[in-house]
Amino acid sequence: MQLADAPVVLMLLGLTAYMVLGGADFGTGIWELTAGSGARGQALRDYAHTAMAPVWEANHVWLIFVLVVFWSAYPVAFGSVMSTLTVPLFLATVGIVLRGSAYALRTVAWGHRERGLIDNLFALSSVLTPFALGASIGGIASGRVPIGNAAGNLLTSWLNPTSIVIGAIAVAAAAHLAAVYLAADATRARQLALVPAFRARALVSGMVTGALALIGLAVLSGDAPHLFAGLRTGPGLAAVVVSGVAGLSTLVLVWAQRYEPARYAGAGAVAAIIAGWAAAQQPDILPGLPVTAAAAGRSTLITILVIVGVGGLIVVPSLALLFSLFLHGRFDPGVEPAPAVAAPAGGPLPRTPAAILIVLLCGGVGLTIFTDGGWPLWLGIVALLVFVLVGFFVFTTAIAGTADRRS
Amino acid sequence: MTPALLAAFTPAHQPYLDEARQLQALSFTMHIPLVCFALALPLLVVFTEWLSVRTGDPLYRMLARRWSKVMIGLFAVGVVTGTVLSFELGLLWPNFMATFANVFGPAFAAEGFSFFTEAIFIAIYVYGWDRLSPRLHLLTGVPVVLAAMSGSLFVISVNGWMNHPAGFVLRNGVAVDVDPIAALFGNPFFWHELVHMYLAGFMVTGFVMASVYAWGFLRGRSGRYERTALIIPLTLAALASPVQGAIGDWSGRVVAAQQPIKLAAFEGLPTTTKAAPEHILGWYDGSRIVYGIAIPGLLSFLADHDPNATVTGLDAVPANSRPSVVLINVIRFAYQGMVGIGILLGLLGAYFVAVWWRKRRLPRGRWFYRALVLAGPCSIIALLAGWMTTELGRQPWIVYHVMLTTDAVTGATGIPVGYATLALVYLSLAVGVAWMLRRLARAPLEVAAGAAG
Ligand code: HDD
Ligand code: HEM
Ligand code: HEM
Repeated sequence: MQLADAPVVLMLLGLTAYMVLGGADFGTGIWELTAGSGARGQALRDYAHTAMAPVWEANHVWLIFVLVVFWSAYPVAFGSVMSTLTVPLFLATVGIVLRGSAYALRTVAWGHRERGLIDNLFALSSVLTPFALGASIGGIASGRVPIGNAAGNLLTSWLNPTSIVIGAIAVAAAAHLAAVYLAADATRARQLALVPAFRARALVSGMVTGALALIGLAVLSGDAPHLFAGLRTGPGLAAVVVSGVAGLSTLVLVWAQRYEPARYAGAGAVAAIIAGWAAAQQPDILPGLPVTAAAAGRSTLITILVIVGVGGLIVVPSLALLFSLFLHGRFDPGVEPAPAVAAPAGGPLPRTPAAILIVLLCGGVGLTIFTDGGWPLWLGIVALLVFVLVGFFVFTTAIAGTADRRS
Repeated sequence: MTPALLAAFTPAHQPYLDEARQLQALSFTMHIPLVCFALALPLLVVFTEWLSVRTGDPLYRMLARRWSKVMIGLFAVGVVTGTVLSFELGLLWPNFMATFANVFGPAFAAEGFSFFTEAIFIAIYVYGWDRLSPRLHLLTGVPVVLAAMSGSLFVISVNGWMNHPAGFVLRNGVAVDVDPIAALFGNPFFWHELVHMYLAGFMVTGFVMASVYAWGFLRGRSGRYERTALIIPLTLAALASPVQGAIGDWSGRVVAAQQPIKLAAFEGLPTTTKAAPEHILGWYDGSRIVYGIAIPGLLSFLADHDPNATVTGLDAVPANSRPSVVLINVIRFAYQGMVGIGILLGLLGAYFVAVWWRKRRLPRGRWFYRALVLAGPCSIIALLAGWMTTELGRQPWIVYHVMLTTDAVTGATGIPVGYATLALVYLSLAVGVAWMLRRLARAPLEVAAGAAG
């Protein structure tokens, strides 16, 4: 592997994470749409909503990660993709806005009618976004995005057999993953009444996804022969086989009510599809544009890798913490609260002489205004910032202490 | 990347360039006030929780907990509006991205990791009330504060770079010899934009929250809870406001030195002038300011701290290399609006601090609370006006003196449809957010303290 290939690998990993984690959040929305009315439907919806609440924002960032690595490392390919696939990508953003806002709003929606409205919005946008993103991938995979500013066809680049079938697979796979995860989460949270409902949904959506995948292969053989050829040999074929096996195992595991392992098998099936796409399409990122030729210069690539390395050191343990809390049910409703505040009054609050604040402010303003750069200016700016922060601390600790006096 | 590849990105003949710009501006207008809350609200929440751990007073805990719900709600909306911006960079300005994303892109990669950190810990923090020990819980708030700050730091470095491009060589239309670090941080615009924006974040968050509680004060809700809830954010905003003026003065001098045409647009200065005046109000008719109140030497003073200094006029560059007459007028009003509001808010903040200093209590006059109610919206107007000044003053360049905005725009059709759609979506979003905040404010105090999350 060369340096130029490293970012594409990161993008594929990011896309997999987004599909497996963020995709399932979309799938949850789809189940909210089909939960039906009445108390049971409402319970299903409420549960699906609370189950995803703590993690969806972190899951969403994977999409941002893919985007920013894409544009930094392969700017020309990025410009081509975004301008030709304008319509589906725009639809995807609209879906993302509606869905994220619906999430935020639902937490304060108390009435049934309000909830109903918000849930429908949430569900519709949950179908729209994965479909649009899948259709965009279909456009790239079937070679319909030429190099250049809006050089491809704005409609057929995403309204074509490959795009439509990949969009449909994305929706179905998202729904399937969501149902599997929800069955596992509900089992853990002892919401046993809900488990059979999620199990049934997982089985049906799993079979639909599998059927769509087979149809997809048939469609590709006619509509995207180049990609199809890649899937018939070597690593591409291996990925297809892995995906099929993992998908079948998921179904079997769900059938056997072994939801925790099913979670990972389902995720593996999706990951294998993405790997297969990459294997079949390499070495080109767009038709006639090999990854190596599309890549930015060495200094940019190295900067990206350093950032990902350093960022990963912070983010990977943090993600592990979040998911271990989440998967161990620490955020589930009705968990025993931790012991209440142990710390008694901690003595008098700190105070700093007011004179220091006056010196910081006057000195800072003087230096900032009357010097023309260099270290005196910087000293002034730092003094001003210290003034704001220290002043805030001193004032609020003192004022808050007197806040119980009637004003 | 080779010149041949970039040759495919010829300038498009986009009849809806103005709509594309307005769409970009509209999206920023939605995102940037939310960013202010992301910058300052975690600070306030974590500080208030710290007070509760220090004093054992349950009031602070209740306050921190209620505010943390507002925080995660606004964060969610910030996330989606920010995502729109990320997409729009490519959807609207593909040539800009294709040509220069290799220079500034890594800043966004770093920003992405900040968002990861923020999203992870904000969830642990908000869903972790009562589930983690108080000290551990407090600790999980710290990364939220830091990540919000670093995230905006990296984006601002990109804007600094667009205003003062460096760190690359343009060879046959391809940016080569790229040094991303020098491009982003060795940049004179980055630093004042960063400091000015952080302070703006403190002001907007502080004044908007103070507005809400001041409204309650005027209707007789002024118990201990409300007083504490008013004082904490107001103190932050009140201290930041006078400082903001000094930092703004620094920004103005950097602009005068690096982008003299932008400075000329602040005033509408037609020709290079010694001892240039500044006109308050009035408008620029294409050749001079009409009906304004002239203050002799003020522009020279702002640019150079010398009322007799010579200031470059608009005619120093051909008309197609400077903002249009309409834009100059928008820039003038935006600039004057920002400065005017900044001065008034500075006075208001100083008054609050002075009263507390001398009398150790809140001001009593009703006019003070009425002014506070206005201060919140005004601080948002100043924020948007400031960005309008920066971004419109940069026109017609998307990358200052390197790439024209016209040459950056997409060749795709349908911009008006996208514009109308997003405008509608944003309108409903604004209504939805207002409704959400009202609901959160009305939640009875006990329920809020007892409910999970
Ligand atoms: C609460 C908001 C707020 C307030 C009260 C002020 N500003 Fe501001 N201003 C901003 C918020 C802002 C900003 C965050 O919107 C901008 C946009 C870009 C930037 O760096 O900060 C800005 C930009 C900006 C610029 C252009 C910088 C550039 O193009 O790089 C100048 C010259 C000033 N400001 C000057 C001032 C002065 C002299 C003020 C006097 C009180 C002032 N600002 C108050
Ligand atoms: C071209 C400009 C911008 C783009 C592409 C952009 C992109 C984004 C994205 C994608 C997010 C969501 C992150 C997540 O998933 O958690 C976000 C949030 C955020 N952005 Fe922006 N942004 C831009 C401008 C700005 C500016 C000008 C600032 C600050 C000065 C800023 C500061 C933030 C902060 C602090 C957040 C945290 C989330 C929140 O808003 O609550 N962004 N932005
Ligand atoms: C720090 C991050 C920011 C970045 C990277 C950024 C980037 C951009 C880009 C790429 C454009 C389109 C090209 C152009 O018109 O030159 C633009 C335009 C614009 N932006 Fe920003 N921007 C930032 C912050 C903001 C904020 C916070 C606002 C606040 C409202 C804003 C207001 C505008 C306006 C009004 C335009 C349209 C200018 C015109 O074409 O007439 N920008 N910006």
